[in-house]
Amino acid sequence: MKTHDAKGIPHTTPRQSATFTNDINSDIRRAAATGIYDIRGGGAKRKVPSFDDLLFMGASISRYPLEGYREKCDTSVTIGTRFAKNPIELDIPITIAGMSFGALSGPAKEALGRGADAAGTSTTTGDGGMTPEERGHSSKLVYQYLPSRYGMNPDDLRKADAIEVVVGQGAKPGGGGMLLGQKISDRVAEMRNLPKGIDQRSACRHPDWTGPDDLEIKILELREITGWKVPIYIKVAGARPYYDTTLAVKAGADAIVLDGMQGGTAATQDVFIEHVGQPTLAIIRPAVKALQDLGMHRKVQLILSGGIRSGADVAKAMALGADAVAIGTAALIALGDNDPKWEAEYNALGSTTGAYDDWHEGQDPAGITTQDPELMKRFDPIEGGRRLRNYLKVMTLEAQTIARACGKNHLHNLEPEDLVALTMEAAAMAKVPLAGTDWYPGKPGSGY
Amino acid sequence: MQNVDLQEIGLRDLNAMLHEQSSDTNQTAWEIDNPKGAHAIACGLDAPIEVTVKGSTGYYCAGMNKQATVNIKGSAGPGVAENMMSGKVVIEGDASQYAGATGHGGLLVIKGNASSRCGISMKGINIVVHGNIGHMSAFMAQSGNLVVCGDAGDALGDSCYEARLFVRGEVKSLGADCEKKEMRPEHIEILTELLAEAGCDANPEEFTRYGSARNLYNFDVDNAAAY
Repeated sequence: MKTHDAKGIPHTTPRQSATFTNDINSDIRRAAATGIYDIRGGGAKRKVPSFDDLLFMGASISRYPLEGYREKCDTSVTIGTRFAKNPIELDIPITIAGMSFGALSGPAKEALGRGADAAGTSTTTGDGGMTPEERGHSSKLVYQYLPSRYGMNPDDLRKADAIEVVVGQGAKPGGGGMLLGQKISDRVAEMRNLPKGIDQRSACRHPDWTGPDDLEIKILELREITGWKVPIYIKVAGARPYYDTTLAVKAGADAIVLDGMQGGTAATQDVFIEHVGQPTLAIIRPAVKALQDLGMHRKVQLILSGGIRSGADVAKAMALGADAVAIGTAALIALGDNDPKWEAEYNALGSTTGAYDDWHEGQDPAGITTQDPELMKRFDPIEGGRRLRNYLKVMTLEAQTIARACGKNHLHNLEPEDLVALTMEAAAMAKVPLAGTDWYPGKPGSGY
Repeated sequence: MQNVDLQEIGLRDLNAMLHEQSSDTNQTAWEIDNPKGAHAIACGLDAPIEVTVKGSTGYYCAGMNKQATVNIKGSAGPGVAENMMSGKVVIEGDASQYAGATGHGGLLVIKGNASSRCGISMKGINIVVHGNIGHMSAFMAQSGNLVVCGDAGDALGDSCYEARLFVRGEVKSLGADCEKKEMRPEHIEILTELLAEAGCDANPEEFTRYGSARNLYNFDVDNAAAY
């Protein structure tokens, strides 16, 4: 690049726009070329205040720690104690979030079941119904009840260990699903009663109820059909967590699944993923406050999801009041999604390791988010299950390490008082003090 | 005949008794007195029994029905026979919103009128309405047959897939990607059979068939206005 003109006068350094970045410009060029919005999988990629902005303080003179490896730190959790005759007992408070057969291959669903089972936790169906693979390999299976009702039938409902009424999803609060024609194989088409190869749109609202009063009656129907045996969860996106939690409790939920904007989806518009919803860190305290105001904290269990990656994230969620967490994207990565060994193939698809998110196109080199028989052969469900079990065990050990350091003999005993925040935003959202202070924005009595 | 007074026994015990019936039960006929608009009556049945509800029902009567025949001697609240898999549900009066929503199979007969969203997301169920149906009926209807002997409201068959919609009277408006279709002999045959099964003496030749124009099956920017 020339730095001076012919007269020797220096050029100014070429300046990239902070508004029209290369990323943005590529979005504009893609839109201009295709006439359709960008569809992708995964959750929000933008940087948002997160659990990384919180730290545990650990023990000190005023609090003493528990001895690692010798003093017990319990991780069990029971979900559905409010109304269900058979609540779900989990060994660890990390569950596998709902992901559909269709979005994922049959072997990938099997691996999720195997891994969750070996770690003592539950897995969850998704849009498209329950497959024999996941029921057969998941001793604790949560059946999602979705607006589309694809594959929904009362036999599977009665086989479920819990029912999750999906009202919203963190990646797309207020939006429905989408499965492009490439992934509508014969089996997927049959399960969903749709022609093969068409773009399958899932509705954003349930077809037979609207609003909290109807939801209460819908829950009554589900309980009657299943004999009041299994817990009923309600999954909501991180939109208005205080009111949604309040209404879900009043409608009769046994548990609430709250999904922040980092939570993934199989496919939706990028603009939706990045611009609708709230970060996971921002939604937990209002939801816990709603439960406390109703006297239902720890009686109606709260399962938090959306960008949970490590035992530290688990511990922070628990400290802020969650009873359990759910993981989706992290579980897929544990199975082998976005693994560097497929870099050449990611490059051939116009992507790179860590950024591959065209799950809806069905060309996943790792054989996980595909219905292509040849690609599916690359994925071994037994090995995948073993990897997921290992990962869940590591997360649990990490969370226990932190809890013991805070002097807690159960993960549920972690509390907001164990935390400080690194940023003003995180302090305001988590309602824990900014590190080095005893203050957070909005603290009662502080005047700010 | 098993007679049950719902106000005396309560919903839970009623449904539990009905759920206990197996395929070889000899308690095949049930009458339910005093429904008084209760919700979730006779939902989740899975046996070849005949249940007659002597009055009007609330939400989700006969929801997810399999095998059973449920007769409602009154009107039905929202979501009657929702997600029905098989069997037959007959309503002597009118049906509220979402009748037969997402149903996979079986026959739903409404002798009066049906409100909005009748047959929404239907997935194989057959629905015969002797009277009229409300707006947005057969929205995203995937498969099965919706027969309307009277008129249909606005946006019939919006975004529907492969369901067949037969209307004898006027259609106020069609929804996105729904169009009038040719009535071929096989459609007359289907219609004749359904009308007979539903106890309706309407002439099949008087009906018009509607269905998907299939323009929205795969995204095309030139159809963006319809999305």
